[in-house]
Amino acid sequence: MTTSSTGRRRAAAPGVPGMPGVDPRISRTLEVRDHAGERRRWHLLDSGPWLAERGITPRGTLLAVHGNPTYSFLYRTLVREDIPWRLIAVDQLEMGWSERTGTTRRLQDRITDLSLLTDALSIRGPVVTVGHDWGGIVSVGWALDNRHDLAGMILSNTGIHQEIGESLPRALQLATTPAVLPATTSLTDAFIRTTLSLSSPALPRDVQQAYLAPYRSRDRRKGIQDFVADIPASADHPSRATLERLAEGVRELRVPTLFAWGPRDITFSDRYLRDLLERVPHADVHRYENASHLVWEDADVAGTVAEWLADRFPASAEPGTEPPAWRPVSSYAEQVPVQPISAPIARLAADPAHAHRPAVVEMPGDNGSGREISWSLLDRRVDDIASGMLAHGIRPGDRVSLLIPPGADLTAVLYACFRIGAVTVVADAGLGVDGLTRATIGSHPDWFIGIKRALVGARAMGWPGRRLSVEQLPTVDRTVLGVETSIAQLATSGSQMRELGAPLDAPWPDPDADAAILFTSGSTGPAKGAVLTHRQVSAMFTAVGDTLQLDPERGLVAGFATFALLGPALGAPTVVPDMDITRPGELTATALAQAVAALGAPAVFTAPAALRNILDTASELDETDRAALARAASFFSAGAPIPAHLLRGLRELMPEARALTPYGMTECLAVAAIDLDGIEAAGQGDGVCVGSPVPRVRIAIAVMDELGRTTGEITETAGVRGEILVRAPHVRDRYLMLWGTTHESMRFEGWHATGDVGHLDDAGRLWVEGRAGHVLATAGGLYTPVQVEEAAETVPTVRRAGAAVVGPRGTQQVVVILETEEGYRPGGRPARPRPAGTSLQEAVRRAVRERSGAEVTAVFTTRALPTDIRHNSKIDRTALSRWSEQTLRGEKADAL
Amino acid sequence: MSARTVLVTGASGMLGGAVAAALRDRGDTVRAFQRRPAGIEGVQDVQGSLSEPADVRRAVRGTDAVIHLAAKVSISGPEHEYRAINIDGTRHVVEAMAGQGGGDLVNVSSPSVAHLGRAIVGLDATPADPERARGPYARTKAAAELLAMAADGHEGMAVTSVRPHVVWGPGDTQLVGRIVARAAAGRLPLLDEGMALIDTTYVTNAAEAIVAALDRIDEVHGESFVVTNGEPRTVRDVFAGFCDAAGVPRPRLHVPGALGRLAGRVVEKVWEVRPGSDEPPMTEFLAEQLSTAHWFDQRRTRERLKWTPSVTMDEGFERLAAWYRENPFPG
Repeated sequence: MTTSSTGRRRAAAPGVPGMPGVDPRISRTLEVRDHAGERRRWHLLDSGPWLAERGITPRGTLLAVHGNPTYSFLYRTLVREDIPWRLIAVDQLEMGWSERTGTTRRLQDRITDLSLLTDALSIRGPVVTVGHDWGGIVSVGWALDNRHDLAGMILSNTGIHQEIGESLPRALQLATTPAVLPATTSLTDAFIRTTLSLSSPALPRDVQQAYLAPYRSRDRRKGIQDFVADIPASADHPSRATLERLAEGVRELRVPTLFAWGPRDITFSDRYLRDLLERVPHADVHRYENASHLVWEDADVAGTVAEWLADRFPASAEPGTEPPAWRPVSSYAEQVPVQPISAPIARLAADPAHAHRPAVVEMPGDNGSGREISWSLLDRRVDDIASGMLAHGIRPGDRVSLLIPPGADLTAVLYACFRIGAVTVVADAGLGVDGLTRATIGSHPDWFIGIKRALVGARAMGWPGRRLSVEQLPTVDRTVLGVETSIAQLATSGSQMRELGAPLDAPWPDPDADAAILFTSGSTGPAKGAVLTHRQVSAMFTAVGDTLQLDPERGLVAGFATFALLGPALGAPTVVPDMDITRPGELTATALAQAVAALGAPAVFTAPAALRNILDTASELDETDRAALARAASFFSAGAPIPAHLLRGLRELMPEARALTPYGMTECLAVAAIDLDGIEAAGQGDGVCVGSPVPRVRIAIAVMDELGRTTGEITETAGVRGEILVRAPHVRDRYLMLWGTTHESMRFEGWHATGDVGHLDDAGRLWVEGRAGHVLATAGGLYTPVQVEEAAETVPTVRRAGAAVVGPRGTQQVVVILETEEGYRPGGRPARPRPAGTSLQEAVRRAVRERSGAEVTAVFTTRALPTDIRHNSKIDRTALSRWSEQTLRGEKADAL
Repeated sequence: MSARTVLVTGASGMLGGAVAAALRDRGDTVRAFQRRPAGIEGVQDVQGSLSEPADVRRAVRGTDAVIHLAAKVSISGPEHEYRAINIDGTRHVVEAMAGQGGGDLVNVSSPSVAHLGRAIVGLDATPADPERARGPYARTKAAAELLAMAADGHEGMAVTSVRPHVVWGPGDTQLVGRIVARAAAGRLPLLDEGMALIDTTYVTNAAEAIVAALDRIDEVHGESFVVTNGEPRTVRDVFAGFCDAAGVPRPRLHVPGALGRLAGRVVEKVWEVRPGSDEPPMTEFLAEQLSTAHWFDQRRTRERLKWTPSVTMDEGFERLAAWYRENPFPG
């Protein structure tokens, strides 16, 4: 429904110019009496006629109220065929293209004005209100006054509650100062320009102009000033009572609710979202990680709204009936016997045969400070900390963000949280400071427990949550860092309480309560928090333990930080090698050998990136080290499939070890696994063979059309390529505050759509061929990046290949970017790929054509392919495609 | 399809000649219309000028179909010359056909009729835009296409437009010849390193697509089609392919795209005042063409015309090389 970008826009309503992306026929004006009985002219967007033209019968009305200083234009994207709801988006009086009446309207006046307008329009339920910014408050006011018609609520970047004094966001504090207020809001258009400038990426020029158009003169801007002045920041403000009535009243509204949030908002930050969630705990939430205050401009909110409306108000449902209850994927799977996550610790501590054997070992580094914790000690410490936490006020269900390196401390704190039912937020340090900040702020932690360095960061970055340190800190540090107490202190007080005869008084948590929030790597966009219940965490540990046959006699070496947490739940002793856990790729052969020696014949976990380094440093091993390594019973590397040649190299070092390479993801840690013999038996094929499903996991394939979109059909037939679906008792419950993403990943009932593409073979083995979003949808058919890359890597001088695409899906062109054996220069600064020489280009084209059937349009060489930070092994194909798109358009692209 | 009488205008060019020969080879009676004899064996020459309505009527009389290729193709020159040939000439063809009760018309156009200066990345044919197309050639060809397509369905006429993109092949003096000559003289620049992706069309493929459009005109009349090899290559690869085939050095001169466009604008102004003997070494239009992507979505074209290219880019380069071995550069 866009109008031509060059044609003159037709004005439908008198005095209202055309707006980009708005069909002029939905723009109308209307005269209605206001709260004072005066006839006032309103401007609104009304999609009724637009829907009627398309034969769409509206299921109800979306009553949309803009904030300050925008107007109905904000909601133009809600006019679309997959939203069968009549949009009534008003310009509030004194704002947008509605009348300037010269009177000052208070919050209550605005609510009454809106109800009078909807009466005049004869709007009868069902109504879903939509409110943004201060319009959100007005919309809640309307909702409370018109409950008989209310079906649902959508709120974006708004705040219903304003603490007196403390409260106002900095930007508004300045704007509401009497001396400053007129200057910023009406004398100049600074307020509106500032609001528009916050959008990221920058708004198109014609959109900016459309927002500015109703506010060109000082007279027309007076409403903006009055709106800001009506923010009741003090107890005696005339609108204070109304706001307090709404803030409490909203708790009574039980209708389906969606909060759509742009976290990069200097006005309505996550603090306001937390407050709203406390009032409306049943709300669905979607936080658009990179979006700003004008979230409707920065993200596809309308797309989420379309899906949400369809999901919450299905066409088939009788009005007034509840939609079917939401069920997590894990509930469809074969279940494991439930036991509390920390139960094995208590069991082993009570068993005299194990009580004094090590549970967690930290290998000494250069400074010689290693540690060894027995099961008995670990059990006591977990209970001490748990008691101390409860006494300090950490409650079941509280979110606790942990920034502690893997090792004895993290293990004890984590299991103490599991014990009392506090929800742990675990973000990998590999996300980097920005990623950690986003993950921490976005998970709304109530508590933050970290080592000193993390606390310094938390303070500097303004991370939320009450702070606790691990070690007891000097008073001066505690004060500076805002730290309340320490884990050491909590353990001491817990221990004292228990010794005084007050045992840990906490029921085991409900298996279906949230247990943990794990943040994924972010190689496919901003990190997402995967929420797991106690039942799901327990099933996840069981799945890994079954796959690796871990038990009290067979411990594990955690060369990859996350796995250090597995051991206690499996009753298996854990050794952390001497290494920088933020750089799992730098684990050396010697450090690994010494860790193995501490356990006898353990299972070894490493990051895939570490494999090369272990082989490269193998020459430094002495005889003792070699003998120790040779005793390793199994070898396991998670994060990315391991190439067979690396596995072979490792088998020389660990000849007794069953080398397993797994396939999984944060959302479902163990899906399938394969050992070296299995890889050799599988032979060559499209993609990487990751083996058969581990116990209780089912795998299916969602069939794709020629554009790479899933069609809705699911198959387990061998040879059919499509998106990989998994079902397991350990699939995560949902994503944190990403309603749309959760919904998308669960669009096949009872399955988690992994976003990976692959196929099953005749033997029931799964082959993974890359990300579904990276499928190459060419005019000649669908190909996967792995197909192209493996074909290109058969050219002798090619070290590693990355496949990218340019152009629209269905007619995409394939671009290959290579590391060559000669030109490979890792670790340097980003560089611009260069066109490959003719003979190399021809060889790659021929190899890819013969082996996959794909046509390659251009071949480049580069010093080192960009990889994802955390795994340091997955090629960042998104970056390759971005570079290729720009370069092959004839534009300058950033170095890779 | 039973043999018919087909008029090909502009048969003295590389593409026109290939079309005439293809029709002849399958048994159609072929007439060729241009100012000088085309000299294609088995093809009847009708001499005349497109700007003379009587000449055109004489050529069209008694034919079942017309393939209209003749045009003033260049990158510079006064606009009225383009109008006379490209717009008025097309009108004369349409009027002559309507005057004799109709027939099938394949109007050979150019993707530049819809190229507004921005990069084209995987787009299908978009509407011809005489107001915003770049340069006199594209503007007049756009007007001509609209004029021809407007005749579709009237006076017994069925009209389709085929827009082959950058046609090349052995014996081509227009594109390959110029590039090779400039490269040999060290005067062929690569703008922005020649990384932009462009579509080109080997001449045999273009000719076969045009014939396919004629054969399918009952189904596809009223539609316009961009025709390419469907194997986009970077500008540098295309140039390298031509230079390697001709045995001349590849271009080594690198010019930033913005500078190239500026230079083109300056050269055009100079040429207006003091025209050179050949075409200007650079124009803004040419600079744009050589520094921004333009490659197309070929799915509709292939599906509707039931046609696919028979000669790949690699085979095309080989045939070009074979031709240069027979006709070495400089000749």
